[in-house]
Amino acid sequence: MQQFISALIAGVLFGAGLTVSMMTDPVRVLDFLDVTGAWDPTLAFVMAGALAIYMPIYHFYVKPRARTVFGEPCQLPAATALDTPLVSGAGLFGIGWGLSGICPGPGITNLTGGDPAIFMFIGCMLLGMITTRTLRKT
Amino acid sequence: MQVSEWGQAFAGGMLIGLGAIMLMLFNGRIAGISGIAANAFTAPGQSSWRWAFLVGLVIAPLLTRQFGFSLPAQIPGTLWLMAAAGLLVGIGTQLGSGCTSGHGICGLARFSPRSLLATLVFMGSGIVTVTLARHLL
Repeated sequence: MQQFISALIAGVLFGAGLTVSMMTDPVRVLDFLDVTGAWDPTLAFVMAGALAIYMPIYHFYVKPRARTVFGEPCQLPAATALDTPLVSGAGLFGIGWGLSGICPGPGITNLTGGDPAIFMFIGCMLLGMITTRTLRKT
Repeated sequence: MQVSEWGQAFAGGMLIGLGAIMLMLFNGRIAGISGIAANAFTAPGQSSWRWAFLVGLVIAPLLTRQFGFSLPAQIPGTLWLMAAAGLLVGIGTQLGSGCTSGHGICGLARFSPRSLLATLVFMGSGIVTVTLARHLL
């Protein structure tokens, strides 16, 4: 139950941050990626703000003990290889992001807006995710 | 570009960072939205925290709206474009083990070389895509 409540609060904070920071506006995201046009650097400040909180708390509190405040082990990614799936996957993701101005977090938060376009995006995103996972397992 | 909005973007970013580090401090998990969304469907039985986090993401705008921060009125792009982009994002984030949140925020903050490489690649391909779509095609 505690895991459920803390994740719910974390999700609300994360989603509130996406909305306040304007990451939920696809046009702003596309303007940020449009470095050869009328570049809008605003979203760089979003990343700076997030790193300003996460980086110090991670390095000073989480990393030395690798346990949650309740003493459970933290689940950190074990992979270290700079391999082909990482690069090709990130490349494909960037194309989809550049076509729509939407990445998974802002996409899910935008569901509340009820635009049919976002339901199409999220539906196809989940289809792509589940298909890729299923194919890679076999 | 409006300088007055940079502070708002930074403050919003801090909220994102706070939500992400809370998930690490209390749940011991990386706040990678693509991984959380995919696992919510493919790893049933141990995903109640994932569904809780996703519900939080969805209801958050109902709260920020009270303070004057709303979602965009419209999502630009045809349904076909949304379908293609959604598929690419879904496939790409699973092959590449993450997206803007898992790699771009949590991974960079943890000084992960994999996340640094992934972030450079998806930023780069995003920039190329927008440049092609807006200026060359």
